[in-house]
Amino acid sequence: MTRRSKALAVALALLAGPVAAEVNDGALAASRPPANLSEIGLFDDMAAMTPNAAVVPYTISAPLFTDYALKYRFVYVPASAGPAAYQGEDVLDLPVGSVLVKTFAYPDGAGGIHRVETRLLIHQEAGWKAWPYVWNEAQDEAELKVAGKDLALTATRPDGSTVDVAYHVPNVNQCKGCHVGTDGAFRPIGPKVRNLNLLEEGGNQLDRLLAAGIIAELPADRASIPATPSFTDEAVPLEARARAYLDANCGHCHAPGRPADTSGLYLNWDEDRAIHRGIMKPPVAAGRGSGGFDYDIVPGDPDHSILLYRLDSTDPGIMMPELGRSTIDQEGVALIRAYIEALGS
Amino acid sequence: MIRHFAAATVVLWGQSAFAGNEYHIFPGDAAEEQLQEALILAEPGDTIILADGVYDIRNGLSLDNPDVTIVGGGMDRSILSFKNQSGGAEGLLITAGGAILKDFAVEDTKGDAIKIKGVDGVAIVRVRAEWTNGPDETNGAYGLYPVQTKNVYIDGSVAIGASDAGIYVGQSENIIVRNSRGEYNVAGLEIENSYYADVYANELTNNTGGILIFDLPNLPQQGGHTIRVFDNKSYANNTDNFAPQGNIVGLVPRGTGMLIMANRDVEVFGNDMRDNDTVNVAIMSYVEGFEDETYDPTPKRIHIHDNVFGVSGGNPDTSEFAEIVTGALGTPLPNIIWDGVMPLPNFFLWGIEEGGRHSIHDNVYEANPPFGNANLIMYFAARWLHKPSLSMKDASETYPSLGPVSVVIRGVDVNDQTF
Repeated sequence: MTRRSKALAVALALLAGPVAAEVNDGALAASRPPANLSEIGLFDDMAAMTPNAAVVPYTISAPLFTDYALKYRFVYVPASAGPAAYQGEDVLDLPVGSVLVKTFAYPDGAGGIHRVETRLLIHQEAGWKAWPYVWNEAQDEAELKVAGKDLALTATRPDGSTVDVAYHVPNVNQCKGCHVGTDGAFRPIGPKVRNLNLLEEGGNQLDRLLAAGIIAELPADRASIPATPSFTDEAVPLEARARAYLDANCGHCHAPGRPADTSGLYLNWDEDRAIHRGIMKPPVAAGRGSGGFDYDIVPGDPDHSILLYRLDSTDPGIMMPELGRSTIDQEGVALIRAYIEALGS
Repeated sequence: MIRHFAAATVVLWGQSAFAGNEYHIFPGDAAEEQLQEALILAEPGDTIILADGVYDIRNGLSLDNPDVTIVGGGMDRSILSFKNQSGGAEGLLITAGGAILKDFAVEDTKGDAIKIKGVDGVAIVRVRAEWTNGPDETNGAYGLYPVQTKNVYIDGSVAIGASDAGIYVGQSENIIVRNSRGEYNVAGLEIENSYYADVYANELTNNTGGILIFDLPNLPQQGGHTIRVFDNKSYANNTDNFAPQGNIVGLVPRGTGMLIMANRDVEVFGNDMRDNDTVNVAIMSYVEGFEDETYDPTPKRIHIHDNVFGVSGGNPDTSEFAEIVTGALGTPLPNIIWDGVMPLPNFFLWGIEEGGRHSIHDNVYEANPPFGNANLIMYFAARWLHKPSLSMKDASETYPSLGPVSVVIRGVDVNDQTF
């Protein structure tokens, strides 16, 4: 079906009667999710990825590097459950019934995009659940893949060059490898107020989420709302950009109480102790991940800093993060290199 | 292929025991996906059975549901080979309590072989973790690796070729490691930043160092204490240190039977240590600089008795650390050496604090002096005044024996269940 005839069909369907498509709350509450993404009703038009009216798009200021994948994020909060209460520090307190939706895609070479997978984080009574759906060739349906999947893809880097990607759709356990709270329970990572607090066309994104019924209220003093800067914004001071990058790419595990706290290396936004940020910190269990170097960060000497060495590798026994990429984030490596160099001056 | 068997209910004396579902996995092209799917779907009480054979696994495997058993046909029969691994930092990651792993092997992972993180209860029984190419700095760091875990039980297992420690228990408590073997690792068996461990009847040979009891700063759990090391054999641990630069284990001299660093209340008895080219036992302070007010780098109340120490020290390592010690104490080194390092006020005024001294008695020494205090503070501060000491003065306290450790897996003491 061409795009035009598809649009025509949608228009005819609308004319034929009031189609009040609703998100399938029952499917979201079920212990096993449906086999096909379309059954949940998050998208009115799967092929066009047109979200249901109650499914709200959003972006975050400092995203994780995932092999240069394009990411499309949506959040759904059931009207019956009400919006999430504002909290300044942690992830939005989304009520039971909510879903975070993230579609990963690459340019299709013809001006459009090719969707690879859509991950759902569903807040159920018993806690958060993660399920990956892999898109079909026709791009009109995505199928549940509990054990994940390996795909060979081609990504486009910001400078326009292309790179081969051994894309790995994570299984649910691997999702939890990062998406885990200090209590051991599954949790979302990205939608913290400080990551959502950004300017978009028409104003601050938080105001739009407030109007859409996602967030219940905002502090009257908007300036008091914390914000993580965009690490690609060169107007932001270098150290803040580096810390935003490390927070987004490392801080979900490298923080007290998180999966990588066994190392004592804490790269979360709030950590201020130099030794725990890696500065002249010897490794604990790095093995060959040390690269033969003695410290995570040697100020002024990126080429003898374990942290940069591990960002700049694709060997599974060396690279960091451990999951979510098969290529090197060249722009991220350049940023961290500049940061470590500047620490020496 | 995968076969899914229905639950079996066994009635015993009027009580019903739920035996759980079984997932049968067989080698083949689909094995990895089926095994990972079983690891995700398995519920408490379920068992995943690995048929005999070699499994070619490309991505790290993980288990996040509690009380699941993974069992193979034997550590030399059911082999998860990660030779072609392209993703995942370890072979098998376990993040749920009550896991029972038995009778299989994990080989040639790119990183650690089996990691267990932050859970209550893991049993590793007759499991082998090995890098089949032998000692190599490109091998993964740890073989069997429980960390931040309560109730750790390792029995009858084997670890070979780890570039850090073959069997490594870190930041954990209530630990039993017994009847296991570590060979051709940098450290054969290591207990680090941990509380309440019984390490016994293990065999450590051909490692760089046999048994390490370590404590490191700047970690969520530190202040390691209350560890019994008994009835082990640690001999001929003379493999060159092949740890990648930057790892603390890199300081372990080739030819070390046992190294105790910065722990307190460690009781070492009934062991047989011999043919270690540098030294049988070393008691050391944490030697690197650190910024951590809560960390105590000085070992305290190390109690070593009723061991047999055979000939050792015949060909000491020439690494920096070993040269300092042999420079201070001469060669061959005594059977048990202590660096004599302590906070400076203690050193100049009253010696190691009351109640912190060591206790060494009733060992059999087949060769070499029993004990030496290397007195390294003076060795570095004023070498012309430096005098090592072979006197037992700082090692003649009397301490009661420590009690046994109890380890509970799925609510039952490990000594009251058969694995």
